[in-house]
Amino acid sequence: MIEALEIGDDCLVLSQRLSEWVTRAPTLEEDIALANLSLDLLGQARALLSRAGDEDELAYLRDPEGFRNCLLVEQPNGDFAHTVVRHLLYTAFLHALYTRHPDDEVAAKGVKELAYHRDYAALWTVRLGRGTEESHRRMAAALEALWPFTDELFEGRPGLREPWAAHVSRALDTAGLAMPAHAPQRSGGRRGEHTEHLAELLRELQGLHREHLGASW
Amino acid sequence: MREPVERARAVAAAIPDPELPVVTLGDLGILRDVRHTPDGGIEVLITPTYSGCPAMDAIRDDLRRALPGVTVTTVLSPPWTTDWITEEGRRKLREHGISPPGRAVMVALTVRCPRCGSPRTRLVSRYSSTACKAHYVCRECLEPFDHVKEI
Repeated sequence: MIEALEIGDDCLVLSQRLSEWVTRAPTLEEDIALANLSLDLLGQARALLSRAGDEDELAYLRDPEGFRNCLLVEQPNGDFAHTVVRHLLYTAFLHALYTRHPDDEVAAKGVKELAYHRDYAALWTVRLGRGTEESHRRMAAALEALWPFTDELFEGRPGLREPWAAHVSRALDTAGLAMPAHAPQRSGGRRGEHTEHLAELLRELQGLHREHLGASW
Repeated sequence: MREPVERARAVAAAIPDPELPVVTLGDLGILRDVRHTPDGGIEVLITPTYSGCPAMDAIRDDLRRALPGVTVTTVLSPPWTTDWITEEGRRKLREHGISPPGRAVMVALTVRCPRCGSPRTRLVSRYSSTACKAHYVCRECLEPFDHVKEI
């Protein structure tokens, strides 16, 4: 079985991050694409968190220390390159994880959606990596900034790094980008030790619910 | 007179999809089963197209309105595939300007324009007005159109 709280939190937090692009994406097509990616992850988050407890309580009433998501997904959207690199690195991991759990119904359904997510991120990686000098520079900077959050994905999950690295390196090679070497690694998300960015994300996610308990449309 | 379960199945299958009202729950293959419950009631099983399909709440409401007293259960397994869209469903989609999906085991089939039938089409975006559609444009007649993407 998939670890409901850890992966459910990954999906919820990344879904919230992607939804922050809505009405602000570079083009209308990307706005819609990012909203759809967000929606897929929200659906997976709801199914997983419902296994761990009451989905609304888990989403709206926990403090940052209670969240078990990895640090990568809570990193801010930054420029579009940061969002693309974060999605490339995370969805390659989640696709590999889901692939290993064909008997888990959330994973069996989610893997088909994640195949599109992986493609989406890889296509943009290539387009931006081989685009202009500016887009290439921004992609390299995003890789540099987010690489320190990659080791954490594989803590306690043997066998996932190889399929992940194969997909990521193929995309980066095609894009003319290099994997950063010797980046110092950070972790702690799975223990509730988060970067300051999660608190800010949760303020927006939970604000309405906490201020007006039981509010409905 | 037909069995209550068969009657309920026919009613449920004929309900239009809230996001794609040209097709029904039966056409889309999201109605998975209608059966008796141990206490003599009727249970309707539905499955979402995508995990985050926002139409599920509306579908549940529509089912309860059309079949008062039924239990609506959402199942995830086996995962929905566009292969479950019926021939009738595909025909209706095409007639309404939406390109139906090819077979889900993909050998990159050509997407034809639902307006002029030309195979000279271009993918604009893999995501469109709903999670289950991609956005194309026809190079022949220039019509932009949605394509239900294979999954």
